[in-house]
Amino acid sequence: MDTFEVLAANLLSPVILAFVLGVVAALVRSDLRLPSALYNGLSIYLLLAIGLKGGVELSKTPLTVFAGPAMLTLLLGLLTPVIAYNILRRLGRLDRVNSAAIAAHYGSVSAVTFIVAITFGTMTGREPEGFMPALVAILEVPAIVVALMIAFMRDRRAGSWQDALHEVLSGRSVVLLVGGLLIGTLVGPTGFEPVAPFFKSGFQGALMLFLLEMGIVAASRLRDLKEVGFFLVAFGVLVPILHGALTIWLAQFTGLSVAGAAVLAAMVSSASYIAAPAAVRIALPEANPTFYLTGALGITFPFNVTLGIPLYYFLAERMLG
Amino acid sequence: MSKHSVVTLKLVTIVTERILEDRLLRTLLDLGAKGYTLTQATGKGSRGVRASEWEGPDTRIEALVSPDVAERIVDHVADAFFEHYAVIVYVQDAAVVRGEKYI
Repeated sequence: MDTFEVLAANLLSPVILAFVLGVVAALVRSDLRLPSALYNGLSIYLLLAIGLKGGVELSKTPLTVFAGPAMLTLLLGLLTPVIAYNILRRLGRLDRVNSAAIAAHYGSVSAVTFIVAITFGTMTGREPEGFMPALVAILEVPAIVVALMIAFMRDRRAGSWQDALHEVLSGRSVVLLVGGLLIGTLVGPTGFEPVAPFFKSGFQGALMLFLLEMGIVAASRLRDLKEVGFFLVAFGVLVPILHGALTIWLAQFTGLSVAGAAVLAAMVSSASYIAAPAAVRIALPEANPTFYLTGALGITFPFNVTLGIPLYYFLAERMLG
Repeated sequence: MSKHSVVTLKLVTIVTERILEDRLLRTLLDLGAKGYTLTQATGKGSRGVRASEWEGPDTRIEALVSPDVAERIVDHVADAFFEHYAVIVYVQDAAVVRGEKYI
């Protein structure tokens, strides 16, 4: 497939079309909303499913193969919030608190972006390493801690550092991902077999429903675009590309496959909109939620799932192929 | 007149972002409340902000407490949360059956 065909294949996949349908529904002010219990249920299903699959694969992976990518992921989790913070402070001239708040989101990871990246690879015949979900778990927390430390370093703040840390570590995404990885590793391929039909065959359908709701949520954020300004819109597209390219360049030293590097790039470039907003709201209450939520949900998520992911695969093929 | 004795207490109601729920409930008990009632709430006010799309609707916390405890709760909520969060807090007199349970 050439680049154009690959891009078209992504844009016309059921998952992305469901996202577009959600956006359209919100724009025409349809009364369509997923009931929040269903939305929560789907997110639990998706996170546990990827955790389990990753754990099963991890049980078959020698530590020497996993160590390099794991260390790179940790390094990127510590590095990307610092890069994002400096761009926001120096180029965007944002204040310290808002810069740190946004940096926490862009350093951490969106699990759904990761799932879409895996799905895209499978669809175009490039299977990434099976242990990738373990990297999502590694990437989620450090960036939030680093970004909050930057904000707390200079002066004592009103927000609660301990409550924020508890929120991140006990949040559903960390519990389900790490829990799923542990269960998957413990039970291995044979133990996973009885539950595999439930977690595998329903997965794409659940993802489609979830993306429908994400489309509605993202589109409702678009109304705030005027408030966030041109700089943040550009930041929301260009910083993911920068983080993605950096990831792919570094991935060559870890032995990751082309697809693995592309998926890791999609993860590193994505912005968290679940763990990070909750932690930041508690630790940095004076930061403006419109900035970080609109950036993560209204700009970066739609960019990544439509154009970003094919771009990371393209870059990975050029740099590593 | 009821055959049960009725005591006048304060009913403190706090409507706020779901994200503050855990912290508020801990503080409420620390400040002397003996219990509370939680309800999901939705509405509109001067702040449209929500921390996370996943957090769902707001929370409404009610507690029957003595007048001093009510005062301490109001002061604490005002000092800690008014500046940056969406919070409503108000106090009403309530004639409470079995009121001695709550002080």
